[in-house]
Amino acid sequence: MKAGGALLEAEGLVRRYAMRRGLLGRAVEVRAVDGVSLKLERGRTLGLVGESGCGKSTTGRLVLGMETPDAGRVSFDGAVMPQPGSAAWRAMRARMQMVFQDPLGALDRRLPIATQVGEPIEIHGIGARSERAARVETLLRAVGLRPDQGARYPHELSGGQRQRAVLARALATDPALLVCDEPISALDVSIQAQVMNLLVDLQEQFGTAMLFVSHDLRAVRQVSHRVAVMYLGRIVEEGEPDGVLHEPAHPYSRALVSAIPHPGRAGQRIVLQGDPPNPADRPSGCAFHPRCPVATSLCARETPALKARPDGRLVACHVAHGEVSAGQGHARQEAA
Amino acid sequence: MMPLVRLTGLSVAFDGAPALRGIDLSVAKGEAVGLVGESGCGKSVTWLAALGLLPPKARITGSVMLDGQELIGAPAPVLERVRGGRIAMIFQDPSSSLNPVHRIGKQIMEALGLHRGMTGSNARAEAKRLLDLVGIPDAARRLDAYPHELSGGQNQRVMIAIALAGQPELLVADEPTTALDVTIQAQILELLQSIRRQMGMALVLISHDLGVIAEACERVAVMYAGRIVEEAPVAQLFDAAAHPYTQGLIGALPPMDGPRRRLAAIPGGVPEPWAMPPGCGFAPRCQFRSAPCDAAIPGLMGLSDQHRAACIRVAPAAMPLERIPA
Amino acid sequence: MLRFLATRLARAALTIAMVVTFAFVVLRLSGDPAQIIMGADAPPEAVDAFRSAWGLDEPIWVQYFSYFWAILQGDLGRSMRDGRDAIVLVTERIPATLALTLPALAIKICLGIPAGIYAALHRNSLADRVVMIIAVAGFTVPSFVLGLLLVLVFAVQLGWLPSGGQESWRHGILPVITLGLGGAAVLARFTRSAMLEVLGQPYIRTASAKGVPWRAVVTGHALPNAAIPTVTIIGFMVGTLIAGAVVVESVFSWPGVGRLLVVAVANRDLAVVQCILLLVAITMVCANLIVDLLYGLLDPRLRAAPRKAA
Repeated sequence: MKAGGALLEAEGLVRRYAMRRGLLGRAVEVRAVDGVSLKLERGRTLGLVGESGCGKSTTGRLVLGMETPDAGRVSFDGAVMPQPGSAAWRAMRARMQMVFQDPLGALDRRLPIATQVGEPIEIHGIGARSERAARVETLLRAVGLRPDQGARYPHELSGGQRQRAVLARALATDPALLVCDEPISALDVSIQAQVMNLLVDLQEQFGTAMLFVSHDLRAVRQVSHRVAVMYLGRIVEEGEPDGVLHEPAHPYSRALVSAIPHPGRAGQRIVLQGDPPNPADRPSGCAFHPRCPVATSLCARETPALKARPDGRLVACHVAHGEVSAGQGHARQEAA
Repeated sequence: MMPLVRLTGLSVAFDGAPALRGIDLSVAKGEAVGLVGESGCGKSVTWLAALGLLPPKARITGSVMLDGQELIGAPAPVLERVRGGRIAMIFQDPSSSLNPVHRIGKQIMEALGLHRGMTGSNARAEAKRLLDLVGIPDAARRLDAYPHELSGGQNQRVMIAIALAGQPELLVADEPTTALDVTIQAQILELLQSIRRQMGMALVLISHDLGVIAEACERVAVMYAGRIVEEAPVAQLFDAAAHPYTQGLIGALPPMDGPRRRLAAIPGGVPEPWAMPPGCGFAPRCQFRSAPCDAAIPGLMGLSDQHRAACIRVAPAAMPLERIPA
Repeated sequence: MLRFLATRLARAALTIAMVVTFAFVVLRLSGDPAQIIMGADAPPEAVDAFRSAWGLDEPIWVQYFSYFWAILQGDLGRSMRDGRDAIVLVTERIPATLALTLPALAIKICLGIPAGIYAALHRNSLADRVVMIIAVAGFTVPSFVLGLLLVLVFAVQLGWLPSGGQESWRHGILPVITLGLGGAAVLARFTRSAMLEVLGQPYIRTASAKGVPWRAVVTGHALPNAAIPTVTIIGFMVGTLIAGAVVVESVFSWPGVGRLLVVAVANRDLAVVQCILLLVAITMVCANLIVDLLYGLLDPRLRAAPRKAA
């Protein structure tokens, strides 16, 4: 592992899908990811937050090299990501792993947990054969499972225990990067807390960097060192979690933060009109302008670039950078 | 004052495994009550049982009084009038809760016909008014749309419109926003509040999300393993939660501000229905567990006349309440 | 819409061509038609003469192309046994077959669907289990076994009904029942699982929660959704109207298309066999096409260009 430099660097990632509208409609291009750049340091966590259709899951897959970007590139530990399926790419799997939302779907129904946790060790030939059982036991303990639970099958475990097993398997090869795509959404609240604690502990213990993809801003704040907010395939804001949560700069981040339900809400909540946009129906200029309460005519024409503010926060918004004074919002103008 | 709905000793068992183990709850006219708990606590089963929507193999005992009328065991025609007409229920996944082969307008007008005897152009006009009320743009055209042509948030609005068609006195919303994006969730919650204000309708909001409950409800009941373990006005619950489970739930929420601390996670998991602990259902996971906890299931004890918790540690001088007094 | 139809028609034509080609090749591979028709004792010169008269001595691909060319001009060949036009031979038998398969289809639908719905509504009850056991028996027992059993009981033992031939309408009873019961069993089982799947959907619970009476939930909400997959099976059954009775017609000596097919195959009467297969392929393909169009009617999710979600 190289000493300096970021562990993961992604530049200008673009991922397009061709979709057919209806039974006989024209082909339509959907830009799931439209120019995403991010950087992740060793041992740190970047939280990727956004609602459905924002492209966060696709970004996670691009970063792992599971899909090839249509533009832009991903470099891991200084080297460009090899093509998916190639031998070089397969060898890299040991260094990066993914954890999904549904632990039951991620585990093989027919194999006991211990076997599944040990599989990556076998596949990548890590350590002597005799040590493998001991390594599996260490991993199970690290995630808070008892070694005897290793003999159980996935359906015999609870949701939280299954997710722990999935984490143990992901960490089996001591990866440098862990991409977690909504790892706690399917779990009960008290189990979510357990898993969040576990993720932070594991990062301390193993030094794994994490890309934490979620729609839950509170969870992202809990485990991340940096937060990036996505909307329709682009990052619209990026910064320290407390900064983004308490003083969001982008109008969408503001609406997202104000939408979080919590006891003792002070002040008016910003309620966005309309639905999250259809990626196949991309608005012109800034993708958020139809729903933005402060949109101007510039916003409808020009897509704002993700630029840094003097305090280090990255925002992609004409109004937030002071390029133009706050407008009345496009929706209201249209309705008039 | 007689409550609108009163549940007394409501218990449900499936094949011998208890899902509800004696629920006492009242909802007053126009009140917003939240029912919070994790999976398997029985919060949905409570209201499905009250409305007779559980499968026939469910064994239901206890009483559900709607304005003095008993609903448990009531004959089908009585229940059919109540459902949608006096108590309406909306569910979690709006896109699959609407019939995919019926147009939106037809689904609303079905409820209008059943409960308000409206048909034809009258019904259509009223259906349009309801769609406007719930904030569906271009309502007149939307009447002829199918559910798959609308988004999840819009479908949930349609569900609310259908629920309102019968002019119910109580709306039971079972995890209405769980499947939706957080900004859409905010829209739906705001809609529910505004409808409540306009119509003076009572609301029971079922959720696993304490934040959602806190915003939309006046009073909260916390459920665990088929029983209510704490009940209080919202502010009191968050300021001074008495039951260790409630405290655990609140502690499990990642804080919005303050230093990042380790979350106070409750160890272990919810007990399975067929393996209920003999005494307090929460005892195996409770840090304050003592011998009497396993001896008997604690009843709801009062800290004040509004705040009750089912825990023996609560104010030893408090009077244990078996039934909520009329 | 136009493109949809065009693609489906093109695919249909391809399917039909493949069926006919398959039949063509297999028939010629399975033995020398001339020898079989003339008989084992015929002198070789007679056989050769027969062969050249019918063009059987030409290379196979020449035969193939001339056959196809003839079809495109509407000529489906002649029976090698009696020289009559194959198409005439076949079409004069169609009414007899339809006299069996149409009433049988009615039985399948009128018996199978209600049985399946009833079983689904009373799941795991005694009635459900009985219906399902009968249904399983119905489609596992081969039709000739069932037919022969019915003949044994009703014709031989009880003497109520005749056992074969086509003299009167009473001769049709047993074959229709044989055909109908097997299909009813299949339809019952299928309808039951389609209904069960639909009844488990969230929108059924919504309908009940709205206060819709149970009967209306079943007829207004559940059935229209359960109809969608059921229509596929019925479409298939419609597709077999012409040739679905091969075994039954043989068992009951019923002079229909199926019987003709058996005889023609035995005799390697190429033109007749190919003609029947062509007809069957066309019927099946048309039935499938109609089913596809019906889907669009029944399931709005499959219809053309959805409107934009606002």
